Amino acid sequence: MEHFSTFMDLTALAVNGQQTLSEVIIKYEVQKSRTNRETVWQQMDERLTVMIKAVEKGKSSQEKTVSGMIGGDARRFGEYAKGKGLLGRVTQQAIQYALAVSEVNALMGRIVASPTAGSCGILPGALLAAGEALNVPREKLISALFTAAGVGLIINEHASLAGAAGGCQAECGSASAMAAAAVVEMAGGTPEQAGQAMALALKNMLGLVCDPVAGLVEVPCVKRNAFGAVQALVAAELALAGIKSVIPPDEVISASNEIGCLMPASLRETSDAGLAKTPTAQKIEDKLFGENE
Amino acid sequence: MKGVFDIIGPVMIGPSSSHTAGATRLGKIARAILGEEPSTVIVRLHGSFAKTGRGHGTDKAIAAGLLGFSSDDERIPAALMLASAAGMKIEFVKQDFVKVHPNTALFEMVGRSGRKVSVMGSSIGGGSIIVTQINGYQVEFTGEYATLLTIHEDRPGVVALITQVLAKEKANVAFMRVSRQERGAEALMILESDEPISHQAYKIVANIPAVKVAMLIVPS
Repeated sequence: MEHFSTFMDLTALAVNGQQTLSEVIIKYEVQKSRTNRETVWQQMDERLTVMIKAVEKGKSSQEKTVSGMIGGDARRFGEYAKGKGLLGRVTQQAIQYALAVSEVNALMGRIVASPTAGSCGILPGALLAAGEALNVPREKLISALFTAAGVGLIINEHASLAGAAGGCQAECGSASAMAAAAVVEMAGGTPEQAGQAMALALKNMLGLVCDPVAGLVEVPCVKRNAFGAVQALVAAELALAGIKSVIPPDEVISASNEIGCLMPASLRETSDAGLAKTPTAQKIEDKLFGENE
Repeated sequence: MKGVFDIIGPVMIGPSSSHTAGATRLGKIARAILGEEPSTVIVRLHGSFAKTGRGHGTDKAIAAGLLGFSSDDERIPAALMLASAAGMKIEFVKQDFVKVHPNTALFEMVGRSGRKVSVMGSSIGGGSIIVTQINGYQVEFTGEYATLLTIHEDRPGVVALITQVLAKEKANVAFMRVSRQERGAEALMILESDEPISHQAYKIVANIPAVKVAMLIVPS
């Protein structure tokens, strides 16, 4: 059994076995699910298709959510970014794709929770944009999704992936860390570099709270997915350049867990503080739930 | 440790794994426990389900589940209309229950045949659910396994009779719980199996004289 609990274990399995991180994760899943490689590969292939379809749908949608807070921004950004703007094409695509998938989620469309629904735009945003820039075949995208899953498994084991438990660092922070490692592998980086990218991305989101307006997966979630996707690319490029996180990956995960435990409940998806209690948020909430009575 | 597709997954209709995907699964399992198409359903929503449910489409998700849809079905946004078109009457009521999970719903269902069943369940995060009450009996199961539920006479040998049926099916019991109100009266048993439990085995269990009620809940 490909047994790992920490990122150090995972890296050792990859390096000693002269294989990629994704290869280790695929073997782990084949053993765990008691199926075969084809089945596991096929399941991930299907998830990639759902991600791509969500990007396509979100890019052109002008629909608004029931609250009226979210909808149409992926399309708006796409219109703006046609050959202009400050950021380069890859970054702009990551932004647009992440917005697209998150908006599809907010509008009751079909998405892949990765690792959660609230953070579902980050991984497809970063991965598909980087994939286009690197011009990689579909198989590389699928492999990279396994790498992302491996990072998520380790975080889930030693910290949390739920906003109610660890705040947004657990959701968008984890998603960004997963995406960063995935992009590194896809770009041809080493397992160690993938770990560094993961650590750099997660470190930058430590302490991020979950304070959604009116308790909905809309504000600040949708736009935060765009930031999370771009941050994953930043972390990946830093790591690919050979820049290291002073604090190693597993210690960053432990820190994230400690910070999540120290975080007050009012900032862990209860909407009892922060953005959710601003005057504007209160007005939105009153209007929304007033109509509901 | 979890599996890869717990992390990259589930594939679901947004926006919330607990308020939308989990809500659909609760509706679907309630229908499965009823064992037929519901004609009238009163859904009592508690806590966060009642508070933020509308913005998360919890009502649509529950209706979709009652129609038998899965949590990745793109018809979920239209489910309230589809239920009404199918002649299924669903009424949503806000109600506070004591000592339950924040995302809890009670389904009071009447089936097409007139069969009445009430089911309480909670959406406990990441789209996972637990059923906590059936017809007033406290239960606890997830619906992720083939689940056999019996209400039977509390006397020696009845549990063995039921597990023998599963043994003949080569269905391995993963989890099993027996509880009762008082000795010698009625007992409730929940058996969760790694393998599928056939309808035939369920029939044999249902026909054991000491078994008053048997329900088979097949995972989706």
